[in-house]
This record gives sequence, C-alpha cells and structure tokens, in this order.
Amino acid sequence: MIEVENLVKKFGDFTAVNNLSFAVESGQVMGFLGPNGAGKSTTMKMITGFLRPTAGTARIAGIDICEQPMAAQTQLGYLPEGAPAWPDMTPRQFLEFITRIRGFDKPAARAAMTRAVGMTELHGVLDQPIDTLSKGYRRRVGLAQAIVHDPDVLVMDEPTDGLDPNQKFQVRQAIEEMAAHKAIIISTHILEEVDAICSHAMIIDRGEIVAEGTPSALAARSRFFGAVSLTLDTQLLGQAQALLQNIANTRLEVLTRGVETVVSVFAENDSLDASALLTQVQTLIGQQDWSVRALALETGRLDDVFGTLTRKPRPSTEAAS
Amino acid sequence: MSQLWTIIRREFASYFSTPLAFVFIVVFLLANGLATFYLGEWFAMGQADLTSFFMFHPWLYLFFLPAISMRLWAEERRNGSIELLLTLPVPLWAIVFGKYFAALAFSGLALALTFPVWISVNYLGSPDNGVIIASYLGSLMLAGGYLAIGSCLSALTRNQVIAFVISVVACFLFTVSGAPLVLDVFRGWAPQVLINTLASFSLLTHFRAITGGVIDLRDVVFFLTLIGGFLVATMVIVDMKKGEGA
Repeated sequence: MIEVENLVKKFGDFTAVNNLSFAVESGQVMGFLGPNGAGKSTTMKMITGFLRPTAGTARIAGIDICEQPMAAQTQLGYLPEGAPAWPDMTPRQFLEFITRIRGFDKPAARAAMTRAVGMTELHGVLDQPIDTLSKGYRRRVGLAQAIVHDPDVLVMDEPTDGLDPNQKFQVRQAIEEMAAHKAIIISTHILEEVDAICSHAMIIDRGEIVAEGTPSALAARSRFFGAVSLTLDTQLLGQAQALLQNIANTRLEVLTRGVETVVSVFAENDSLDASALLTQVQTLIGQQDWSVRALALETGRLDDVFGTLTRKPRPSTEAAS
Repeated sequence: MSQLWTIIRREFASYFSTPLAFVFIVVFLLANGLATFYLGEWFAMGQADLTSFFMFHPWLYLFFLPAISMRLWAEERRNGSIELLLTLPVPLWAIVFGKYFAALAFSGLALALTFPVWISVNYLGSPDNGVIIASYLGSLMLAGGYLAIGSCLSALTRNQVIAFVISVVACFLFTVSGAPLVLDVFRGWAPQVLINTLASFSLLTHFRAITGGVIDLRDVVFFLTLIGGFLVATMVIVDMKKGEGA
C-alpha cells in the first residue's frame, strides 16, 4: 500500500533523509521511531506530498506521489505534526470543509462525518471553535480530519503527543480499530506505544534506517534478551549477589531503586540457554526461600535497543551542521 | 471548480469569525470619509461628484489592503495549516485563486459599503453616474492589483508583520512609478522607452484613466495582467517552498 523508494531529502548541505526504502502493507501498522531530528517528520511530509524529495519517491496504493499527487492524496489521510487546523472554525465546519473539498455530496458527507466523529468521540465539542478546545480534543479533531474519507493509507505524525494517559489510550484504540484494513504509519518517541499498537517498527537515526522488524524482534536485539531478572528487597542483595555469582558462566548487573533491587543474570557467551538459566535461578530462590517480588525471563527491552542504536557519536563532518 | 468555490467560502467566512473584519470595515469607512471630506474638501468644491472620494483610494488601499493580504499565506505557515491545505487533493491554483478571490470579495464588500456617499451626491445634485460606476470598477481593480502583490509577498514569509511591510513598500513603488517625482529622476539620461515602460507600470496612472470615466481596454488588460502575473508568481513561490522545505 505504501512503498517508499530511495527517498532522499537535503536541506542545503544537511541530509535530513538519506536513501530510505521500506514498504507497508494493508493491515500493518508501522511505527516510526527515532530521536528528535532523525528525519521522521520530513519523511512523512514527503510521503504525503507536502515536501518534494531531493531524490527517490513514494507510492500510495501504487500511485506515485511526485507524478500524480492529487490521485495519491485522494487515497491518503494525514495527521501533520501538532494536528494543525484553522482555529476559528468549529470541528463541524472544519470537517464539512474537508468532506466538501474531497468531493463528497451532502448525504455522503454526513455519513462520513458521523462515522469519524463517532470514532474520535467529538460529539460534545462539535460546535466550539477549535482554538477553545483542549489539546486532546484538538488532536482528535485532527485525527477525525485524517480518517473522515476512510482512506486506505493513513500517515500520522505523533498522534498521541501531549495527550494524557486516558486520551492516549483512546487514540490508540481508534488506531487499532482501523488497523485491520488500512496501511498505517505512525511516528512516535514513546516506546510503549510501539508495543501497544504497531505490527512493525523501524528505528531511524540521522535519516537512515538503523533497525527494522516486529517490535518483539527489535526488542530481542537488546543485550537484556535472554537474561533472567529478579526483583527483591535491597536488604537481601548482598546474600543474593554472592549466591547468584556461583552459577557457572554468568555475569550480574544490579540496579537499586530504594528498597527494591533488580538483579539481572546474564549467561556469558551463550554457555547456558535461557530456560536452563531460569531453572537454576528458580532452584536457588527455592533453596534460600527469598521473597522475590518479580522474576522474569527478559524478552528484550526496546528502550535499550533504541538507546544503543541512536546514541552513536556523529561523524565529525556532520558535527558542524 | 467546486473546490475553488469551497475554498473561497471557507476563506471568506474566516474574515468574519473574529471582530477584526468589522473593525477593519468601520476604520476603512471612517478613513474614507475623513479623506474625502477633510483632505479632499468635498464641501468646498461645491460639486456633486465623487472625484475627491476616489482620489484617495490608492493611498488608503496602500495601507488597508496589505493588512488583508499579509495573512493569506504567512498565517497558514505560522499555524501549520498549510501542511493540511497542501496535502489535500486540491490543485494549487484553486488554493491560490480561492484565497485571492475571498480577499478580493472582502475588500469589495468594504468598498460597496461606501454606497451612502453615492446616494448623497445623487441627493445633492445630478452627478454622472456612468463615471461613478466606472470609478467603482476601477477602484475594485486597483484593490485587486494590491491584493495580488500582497498575496505573492505573503507567500514568501511566515511573519505577517514582514509580509505587511514589504507589501506596503512594493505597492507604493507600483503606485508612484508614474509620478513626476520618480520619472524626473530618470528623465534626461534614461532612454524614453525605459521612462515610458516605468510610467506604464504605475497603478495610479491606469486608475486615474478609469476614474476619468473612460474604461479603456488597455487599462483593464493592464490590471488583469498584473493580477494574473502576481498570482502565478504566488503559485511558483508556494511550489518552490515545497522543494526547499521551509
């Protein structure tokens, strides 16, 4: 549904997006991850036809955005960063304008608006000027605008940025409801969001893809993958450390948070497989009768992967810009 | 075509969403009245015509119309809504012309609301209404010229104040390019062709010709070309910014 081919964007000497290629199929939600300034928004602006690429192109439902922008944009819903709208309009006027400009006749427009307003729960504020609405409502107005024509392709730049946890949950739910029959790209720097709604994730840094895969596959690249972590009282730490170190070929990592301490046990050089390690730790806990608050076989940590991949030092040539 | 109409309607309605439109119209009408009756000494002239009324329009428009046109594009950029507008399946010309026609309709409305002056002169005497109608049309075309220049310059920046200032300066240059003040600088050393060309770019010269009561096709063509030229330039600038990413 969305095919991005060798997309490049340069602003003067600065390369914001460097030769990006990927595809998103219908039914997939692609999470775009990356630190601020990584090129997420620039990429989205090129996919939606707001910026012209320096090189490469994107296709929406097979239509080239550079060659036939209007045909491609008909298939596309876009929530720009910050969910801009015209502040003097009410959500009703705003959505009426969008449906009219997208060529809906009156009955079709009404049906489309009812659907979009229902999904974004805007009923209560339909006739209030947008600039009097809270940030959460404004974001939902932007979302309603993006989905009002039921597009096959949806591009959303930080759809949950600045929302409170309840509002985040609602927006995520709305995205999940639509996900089955759309190709969706969202950008975010909230990692839990990727786990919550994305079927695929891509980490980009300085305009390049540094990692790509399902969220769990990405998380598995974390050094924590396969480690056994146990949470116990900090008082028990000395004793636990001593005994855990006796398990052959392991290394410990300790993180203390007040009265609670997390001890992660790593198998060195893959000498021990994860479940065997877990069994050994469990046995030890049983023998010593420690009261352990939590015990887990780590499936990897996305934030750890994110940090490792995007914190490389910049090459000196780019340091100036 | 229906998309153009949709854009015009949205833009036109946006003028009235704040009290600004009413303030603008009231101040415009007051300034018009003051200029006509005090500066133009309409009563002392003892003539039932609107010469002194239309005489000041270029100078009033010079400040009033950039105040309308400054927001056309600069505000969309500042607000971020330009991203929304330019990613909707609408041709660029429909957006550029739609915004322009809405601004023109709004200034046309302000101009139309000066009708009591027209009624007054008809009550006081028997003016040549043909000349007055021609002058109103000329005034609207003049407004159209200023707004087209302003639209183009507003597309260059995200700052409305800058858009206003450079529009006033540009409109001023286009207004006075035919005045002796400017032409005398060139006279004596520049070739006559240059002087003629310069003079022919003056909005004032063409406006005066129309308010004289003669709608010459050449003056109409001048205004339409100027307006068309600056709107096409607006499209080019907006499109260029897509490539720059600014």
